[in-house]
Amino acid sequence: MPPIELSVAEEVALQSGRPEPVRYRAPSAWRARQPMLVTVLGLLALWELVSGFGVVSSLFLPAPQQVLTKLVEIATTGFMDATLWQHTAASLQRVGIAVVAALATAVPLGVLIGLNRTASAAVDPLIEFYRPVPPLAYLPLIVIWFGIGEVSKVLLIYLAIFAPLVLATGSGVRRVDKTRVLAARSLGASRWQLVRHVVLPSTLPDILTGLRIALGVGWSTLVAAELIAAQRGLGFMVQSASQFLVTDVVIAGILVIAAIALLLELSIRYLERRYAGWAH
Amino acid sequence: MARLSVDNVSVHYPTPRGLVHALDKVSLEIASGDIVVALGASGCGKSTLLGLMAGFQRPDAGRVTLGGATITGPGADRGVVFQDDALMPWLSAAENVAFGLTLQKVGRSERRERAEALMCRVGLAGFEDHRIGELSGGMRQRLGLARALANRPDFLLMDEPLGALDALTRERIQSLILDIWRDTGTGIFLITHSIEEALFLATELVILSPRPGRIVRRLQPGFARRYAAGESARSIKADPEFIRAREDILNAHFAHDEEIEHAAH
Ligand SMILES: Nc1ncnc2c1ncn2[C@@H]1O[C@H](COP(=O)(O)OP(=O)(O)OP(=O)(O)O)[C@@H](O)[C@H]1O
Ligand SMILES: [Mg+2]
Repeated sequence: MPPIELSVAEEVALQSGRPEPVRYRAPSAWRARQPMLVTVLGLLALWELVSGFGVVSSLFLPAPQQVLTKLVEIATTGFMDATLWQHTAASLQRVGIAVVAALATAVPLGVLIGLNRTASAAVDPLIEFYRPVPPLAYLPLIVIWFGIGEVSKVLLIYLAIFAPLVLATGSGVRRVDKTRVLAARSLGASRWQLVRHVVLPSTLPDILTGLRIALGVGWSTLVAAELIAAQRGLGFMVQSASQFLVTDVVIAGILVIAAIALLLELSIRYLERRYAGWAH
Repeated sequence: MARLSVDNVSVHYPTPRGLVHALDKVSLEIASGDIVVALGASGCGKSTLLGLMAGFQRPDAGRVTLGGATITGPGADRGVVFQDDALMPWLSAAENVAFGLTLQKVGRSERRERAEALMCRVGLAGFEDHRIGELSGGMRQRLGLARALANRPDFLLMDEPLGALDALTRERIQSLILDIWRDTGTGIFLITHSIEEALFLATELVILSPRPGRIVRRLQPGFARRYAAGESARSIKADPEFIRAREDILNAHFAHDEEIEHAAH
């Protein structure tokens, strides 16, 4: 039996559904970025002027080149017994451990509360209670319980990430298309297969969005925590530099902290485009 | 020979405004080689009836059985095609077709092979690696059909599979359904609110009245068998006998019902 031909309408739909790669977006994206570039260059110029003409003492605002030189210096020779890389690595490692731990616990819990009303009723109030509390407000308690070591810092950022991730996963699971679940069941899916093959993939966009927001909160929380209690890390570096009035290191540190926050944001956006593009 | 039977079944839905009587003492039977079509206005309980057979819900009274055993849940022996395709947009077209095979842990290369064969069967060869978002409504319905067929089910249950399609695409897929029926002998239950579609596809046609949903008439049109014997769809639908049957159903049951599609496409 020969394959069935497509109808005219379908062929039309096909032709319009397979257009040439869209090209007009690149220039428009570039044009959208132009004002931003102008702003950044303008700020740099202003900074250069203000510090160059001695309007502000270099103790308070070192020149851009000075910050850049300092950046290279702390990258190679280091600051406070550690190079910039070691400080960055210390911070990133804390975030990394916390993210892995949060994904491993918050996603299953989110799936559970999304699927089960009783679990949701039991867990929701707890999360809603601690979520609005700024992590730095319960940091003292964590320090009393776990000391000022790595555990406290990882735990703090873990808690900051955990709540938004549970809530995002839970609400994603509740919005899973009911017909898709029925379709999978009538194709023979077991309960576990439903979670694995329908619920999780459907929820992935929500999980990634939740992670992106959580990571923003988590990163700033971490840096703030390092200001208080750490021997290494970007927050610690900035804090000790400020105590010695080494302003160029403070500014260099802030720039690195901002750059990493941007990098985290962009990498999750990349994951969203790559693995959750179907949802947009 | 497998037999799916609905025996004296009633369903009520509790709502804030009281019980909605969705189905009232409905009985019907589908054996391999049958195409049972349910025709009725919106809200007369057609999807409810299909949900019972698929095992998505249980009746409040009566029994729904498969080969004599009460249906307690969905199963791969009954393939379902939904009105809103219910495909998985994160999977490619071929992966969607092979979804049931994935669940059965069929190996990757065999999955791919069987998905390709099925996609060719429904007229989608070459679209294996397309994303669902890139496909038209008609293509998605073909894909939904291929996905249901991949499990080689004893029964195909279709809830208004062509409701949202344009007339031309609709005719093509009606013929496709009959081709598959002729080749596999799968028992089919299909819902529609097009009189013409019902007459063309059904070996047994049941007409449901709204609230409570009740079977008010049963017919055995012979047009599907004529198609299977080689007559073209166009010639069948232009046959005065077909037109007379169509007008008869329209006048007897849906004379005042604007939703029922009766015009020839
Ligand atoms: N879960 C539910 N809760 C309450 N009432 C329901 C529910 N499902 C269906 N109904 C009601 O039962 C009746 C039959 O619904 P059903 O979906 O089976 O009709 P249908 O014939 O498939 O309609 P349509 O052609 O619009 O798809 C309708 O009046 C509907 O409002
Ligand atoms: Mg319906």
